[in-house]
Amino acid sequence: MIQLTLKIWRQSTAQAAGKFVTYPLTDLSPDMSFLEMIDHLNQRLILAGEEPVAFDHDCREGICGSCAMYINGRPHGADQGSTTCQLYLRSYKNGDTITIEPWRSNAFPVIKDLMVDRSAFDRIIQAGGYISVNTGNAVDGNSLPIAKAQSDEAFASAMCIGCGACVAACKNSSAMLFVAAKVSHLALLPQGQPERKQRAVKMVMQMDKEGFGSCSNTGSCAAVCPKEISLQTISQLNREYWHQ
Amino acid sequence: MLNSKIPPVPLAEQWHTYQETTRLISPANKRHLEIIVIGTGLAGASAAATLAEQGYQIKAFCFQDSPRRAHSIAAQGGINAAKNYQNDGDSIQRLFFDTIKGGDYRSREANVYRLATISSKIIDHCVAQGVPFAREYGGMLSNRSFGGTQVQRTFYAAGQTGQQLLLGAYQALERQIAMGNITMYPRHEMLEIVQIDGAARGIIARNLISGELERHAAHAVLLCSGGYSNVFYLSTNAMGSNVSATWKAHKQGALFANPCFTQIHPTCIPVAGEYQSKLTLMSESLRNDGRVWVPKTLGDQRPANSIPPAARDYFLERRYPAYGNLVPRDIASRAVKEICDAGYGVGNSQRAVYLDYADALQKHGREFLTNKYGNLFAMYTQITGEDPYEVPMRIYPAVHYTMGGLWVDYELMTTISGLYCLGEANFSDHGANRLGASALMQGLADGYFVIPATISNYLSKYIGSSSAITDHPAFAEAESIVADRLDRLIQIQGSQTVTSFHQRLGKIMWAHCGIVRDRHGLQAAIQELQALQAEFWQDVKIPGTVQSLNPELDNAQRVADFLELGELMCVDALQRQESCGCHFRSEFQTDQGEAQRQDAEYAHVAAWEYQQEHQWQCHPEALTFELAKFSQRSYK
Ligand code: SF4
Ligand code: FES
Repeated sequence: MIQLTLKIWRQSTAQAAGKFVTYPLTDLSPDMSFLEMIDHLNQRLILAGEEPVAFDHDCREGICGSCAMYINGRPHGADQGSTTCQLYLRSYKNGDTITIEPWRSNAFPVIKDLMVDRSAFDRIIQAGGYISVNTGNAVDGNSLPIAKAQSDEAFASAMCIGCGACVAACKNSSAMLFVAAKVSHLALLPQGQPERKQRAVKMVMQMDKEGFGSCSNTGSCAAVCPKEISLQTISQLNREYWHQ
Repeated sequence: MLNSKIPPVPLAEQWHTYQETTRLISPANKRHLEIIVIGTGLAGASAAATLAEQGYQIKAFCFQDSPRRAHSIAAQGGINAAKNYQNDGDSIQRLFFDTIKGGDYRSREANVYRLATISSKIIDHCVAQGVPFAREYGGMLSNRSFGGTQVQRTFYAAGQTGQQLLLGAYQALERQIAMGNITMYPRHEMLEIVQIDGAARGIIARNLISGELERHAAHAVLLCSGGYSNVFYLSTNAMGSNVSATWKAHKQGALFANPCFTQIHPTCIPVAGEYQSKLTLMSESLRNDGRVWVPKTLGDQRPANSIPPAARDYFLERRYPAYGNLVPRDIASRAVKEICDAGYGVGNSQRAVYLDYADALQKHGREFLTNKYGNLFAMYTQITGEDPYEVPMRIYPAVHYTMGGLWVDYELMTTISGLYCLGEANFSDHGANRLGASALMQGLADGYFVIPATISNYLSKYIGSSSAITDHPAFAEAESIVADRLDRLIQIQGSQTVTSFHQRLGKIMWAHCGIVRDRHGLQAAIQELQALQAEFWQDVKIPGTVQSLNPELDNAQRVADFLELGELMCVDALQRQESCGCHFRSEFQTDQGEAQRQDAEYAHVAAWEYQQEHQWQCHPEALTFELAKFSQRSYK
């Protein structure tokens, strides 16, 4: 059993001022997941007649991109290549204090406590993050051979889960890695060629419009990305963008 | 009473015939017809996008913050299609037979044949969308075999096939949003169906941020809300996956079919403690090289590596010499449960068995294992803190998928006119057990190809009719029912949390309606569930208010529905006096302990009509087989 002290950002509504509230927790099992620890705290708060901590989560296996906590100054905590829901308490020492905040970015306004609004990402996809093909138009899947290496590279970019950690880590709140991942995925495939040029421009324009900052190449995004999306996707995006 | 509307022509011609003869709607008229889609997983997103492409006006709803997060995203394995790219003898008929046999002769031939027919087109469309499927060096699509089939027909994208397919459908949906054909309502939950003159004409939804109730009208409503494995509390489903949309429809008259058919996956990471919130599935490919065992002696507490081979019981190899560790999912799950029930389980909870790679490591070396299972081993280490290269994994079965769901006809319409149900939420294609890599196929078949072909047959009657009907008294009535229910929940102010009730529900279901069922257990469970429902409505404690963001309230109303569903599942399992597929009644087994179907009495779909609290009536839909022939499986 271990004891931890949590300092959690509590903010009742989007407009309200927030503050840190400290919660000492005892009797935690090292095999508990980080989110199970928050569940545990919430059960206690509910029984005590207090408001539980609001946070987004769903799959709890690192794939849906819902969970989003800024833990001790790093999105998704200290473990490399993992999401908040994939953290376990055995990574912490008995007696540790853990600070938990929401993603901070003008483009991701806080809704409540640790929950933020990431709909800007959906609007960036709307701007061009797709291949325009209606159902029923397709030719046989094998009529278009794609080299394995190229397909694998496209897949590596397509793994982005849209969590927003890249934005939260960036001092400029840039969404470049997210945009670059989608632009690279589609630019690397032959199916993505017809709309290739327009796609990059439109998605970047939408990114700017949403209030994300510009990229100054510090690489903190890729360092925290749970899917380890490569910084090279950003170079790819720049090439796509400036090729106009 | 049930009319499944199967075209009266031979099986292989049905879908073609249907499409040639169904009523169509011109593009100009489609623009004035509105459709509501609940859920944005593979079925919902593909349906919404395709119907919007055709020209309909769509309103799509999901409870997550973005449609991209629906639980289809977590599917690992792959998607089947009868492409026969491997030239290994696959065909539509073979996929059809495998699905019928896998479902243990409890699915409807017409729907399964159509599914197999459509399967190839799904792959073509997904490739066109840019889904990065795995490929061979020559650039062709790669296939693997999955779930014990003899052909290689499974397409995949590493272990993230569901993610890639969902993102394809999501992007198509976002494109239609940008074009103004879909209005998206994320962080919204449907809480009631609105019927006017016996037809579904809209919904009441709750805005999960503001807490406000909203009225949305349309000419038809599609429920694509996924499965209900979370009735067991612990399952591999996402935390938010719930039955509420289909359950609300059920209570308004939509029949619920085969609710007790739930698939249990043998290779999941075992429960670590009372705080466990969900379970994680690991691909069943793990059983290809791992050996399953428990100590031979009761109470042998030595660490796994200190137990010599002679003191180990490789019970799957012992009981099933021909298939050994590769017996089908349900057989493996049952054997694991039995051995743990007998007290041989390992780990803290004693509810786990070893899956050991020591022999494979010695024989093939570490690199071999890393290439094949590197990701899975890493995931296991992350969750348990143990290294499978050093100590055997511990595994235990967990609930993974529900074959049951709303009864639908050939057009995917429920017994409520204008209310359709797609994907895992309906009952239609998998019978008593689903084949591996068939869930993604069905979700996308329903959404991309079936509903876009069938819905016009119904909607044509609404040409020229408005959907601006939210001031109809039926909407006000439905809204007040929802408001009253939420008020009632929040006013209980009892002493137990929603989660504590959910956990108790899960324990009852797992004990009595899980891997093995019997009459006594099911009868006891029904009593316990009725008592638990009563206790819930008297003693649940929900913080906050109705008029605000309140995840506990959202969850409370979902758990209230799960409590009722659990009862119906037990009623269904009790009524089905046979063993079939994943439904194993201990009273009905062969001398060798295998499931024994009772085809003369139970070759039917059990479609349940809600009558009043604790009371349902069964309307069996007889299953007739034109092509498939009953046979008994054996894995000895
Ligand atoms: S690029 Fe990485 S960090 Fe950014 S949204 Fe995608 S997965 Fe998250
Ligand atoms: S909850 Fe889905 S990625 Fe963390």
